[in-house]
Amino acid sequence: MIIQTIAFYAFAAVTVAAAVMVISARNPVHSVLFLILAFFNAAGLFVLMGAAFIAMILIIVYVGAVAVLFLFVVMMLDINFVELRQGFLQYLPIGALVGLVLLAELVLIFGSWVVAPDFAERVGSPTPFLTETTNTHALGQILYTDYAFLFQACGLILLVAMIGAIVLTLRSREGVKRQHIGAQISRTREESVEIKQVEPGSGV
Amino acid sequence: MVTSADLYSVLPELILAVLAMALLMYGVFRGDKTVNTVSWLAVGALVLTAIIISASPDTEQSAFRGQLIVDQFATYMKWLVLIGSALAIIMSMNYNEREGIQRFEFPVLILFASLGMLLMVSANDLMSLYVGLELQSLSLYVIAAFRRDSTKSSEAGLKYFVLGALSSGMLLYGASMIYGFAGTTQFDQLATLFTGPNADPGVGVIVGLVFLMAGLAFKVSAVPFHMWTPDVYEGAPTPVTALFAVAPKIAAIALLVRTMVGPFGELFEQWQQIIIFISIASMLLGALAAIWQTNIKRLMAYSSIGHIGYALVGLAAGSEEGIRGIGVYMAIYLVMNIGTFCCILSMRRQGMMVEGISDLAGLARNQPMMAAAMAIFMFSMAGIPPLAGFFGKLYVFMAAVNEGLYVLAIIGVLTSVIGAFYYLRIIKIMYFDEPAEAFDKMAGREVGTIMGVSGLFTLLFFVFPTPIVSAASKAAAVLFSAG
Repeated sequence: MIIQTIAFYAFAAVTVAAAVMVISARNPVHSVLFLILAFFNAAGLFVLMGAAFIAMILIIVYVGAVAVLFLFVVMMLDINFVELRQGFLQYLPIGALVGLVLLAELVLIFGSWVVAPDFAERVGSPTPFLTETTNTHALGQILYTDYAFLFQACGLILLVAMIGAIVLTLRSREGVKRQHIGAQISRTREESVEIKQVEPGSGV
Repeated sequence: MVTSADLYSVLPELILAVLAMALLMYGVFRGDKTVNTVSWLAVGALVLTAIIISASPDTEQSAFRGQLIVDQFATYMKWLVLIGSALAIIMSMNYNEREGIQRFEFPVLILFASLGMLLMVSANDLMSLYVGLELQSLSLYVIAAFRRDSTKSSEAGLKYFVLGALSSGMLLYGASMIYGFAGTTQFDQLATLFTGPNADPGVGVIVGLVFLMAGLAFKVSAVPFHMWTPDVYEGAPTPVTALFAVAPKIAAIALLVRTMVGPFGELFEQWQQIIIFISIASMLLGALAAIWQTNIKRLMAYSSIGHIGYALVGLAAGSEEGIRGIGVYMAIYLVMNIGTFCCILSMRRQGMMVEGISDLAGLARNQPMMAAAMAIFMFSMAGIPPLAGFFGKLYVFMAAVNEGLYVLAIIGVLTSVIGAFYYLRIIKIMYFDEPAEAFDKMAGREVGTIMGVSGLFTLLFFVFPTPIVSAASKAAAVLFSAG
């Protein structure tokens, strides 16, 4: 138990510290690296909660895909981040004000949170216990049965996103030399090698 | 488990999805030469879907453990959405060819957008609501930026995307609040939760509901979430604007009506004030801001904001009569807008599109038929009897008066009088100003045909209003019979 508590506080502290560094680091590449650190620690928190599948997904999707994409964007695009951040301080008071108002409202709302009296009976019944089955198994059992429709619809959304990315960016360029493997292979000695008689002393 | 009954009740959506993917494959392998074939096949797919929808039984069925619902309200709204999308594809063919943006993905994306709208209309769960909405929006963001070489079109797409993502965020925030405080996302269960003598929704659910409404109000472009509308309408290619003005709005209005009347029907007093506010604000802004517009597409954007305000009057009434009014209003709105955009699509001078209102000067002498059609649409939008637009307004205002919302009805009438100014100004410019250079002759027969048919519908609606009114009242009745 004590080890779990220590691990929780370690993961949580590093997550928060890394998150602060993401927005305060001067170098955008460092920001992305801190973001990856934050993701890893969040995954650790999920593991502590027993949600192993979500932890792995977090690493695969966010670290493997999203953060690498961010790195690409930061490195490939010539954006002056220092200039982008220049107006940041002057908006800070208003931003803080809006944040405070929202926080106050949230506190008010969550003050009215009540737990249903039959909560204890309801909870646990739809989700199997960790001792009986694994995370992945339990998720798959409802994802592909009860929520099959939503799953398929999400697939369609991803398809549309892919079509959209291709439609908006793919251009057929003129003057690009492309490799034609068929033409390369079907070349013969006769059509590619020419034998010239060179006179001695005259050069090629 | 997914049963065959589930699949059978979403048969139209399934078929539309499969056909859209098949057309995508066909287009990918055959290249951009086949755009016209793909477009007509896409129209065919939409028509087929509409036929299957109307062939399905009249009884209410829910599918996938109550995530989707198929009833007469859904059938009616799906019909309108499919008509809007199909007409937009037909109108786009000639335009895209001339503008050099003829690509087969265009009709395919419209098919996916229509699929999303069908799912929205049928949504019976906060999750399916969001998934449908996102499928629709994502396709529309891409189509808005479809003319990718034009700055304006890209700007329209980007603006729509950023603000749309913001509104989706608000909607999701609201949905998570509702889930957190109610413990369910399913509409029927939510409805039972709020029914009964000592049912207390609690402040959390109300706040969630407000956020949910804010997200949906963005999608129907009601004030104060309308900022994106004029810029997107102006920047997007004209047939896309025509699509934006009709199909997504109808779907979003249907979604708003179902969400408010269904699960949150018992919280009527809570949301009625919000609906009344955004309705009045939309009507006022639609009437006042349109006066200074010089671009006809921007004018249509403000006009559509105003029309959404009038339609919401029916929802503010909250009665069966009010919902019937919305049904009739959206049908008429669809026809008037499609007709007007056919006219705008024909505003082409020496091969170039013109969009200024002043470009219409003296149209009556150059192209009397087009001027007459435009005049019919403008009179109808202004709500002048006996044209269709008058009846649309009549039904929603009557519903409001019968529910005692006199102030709302009076403001509605006053703003339609103000709005009449800019509609009539277009007619004055067309009929009494010195003729400008004539427009090119219409290239295709399709646009002219759609213009003529919608003109006739608008003109003769008062003779045969029964089919639409009775279909709308059946659709409205089904929402109130359950609760």
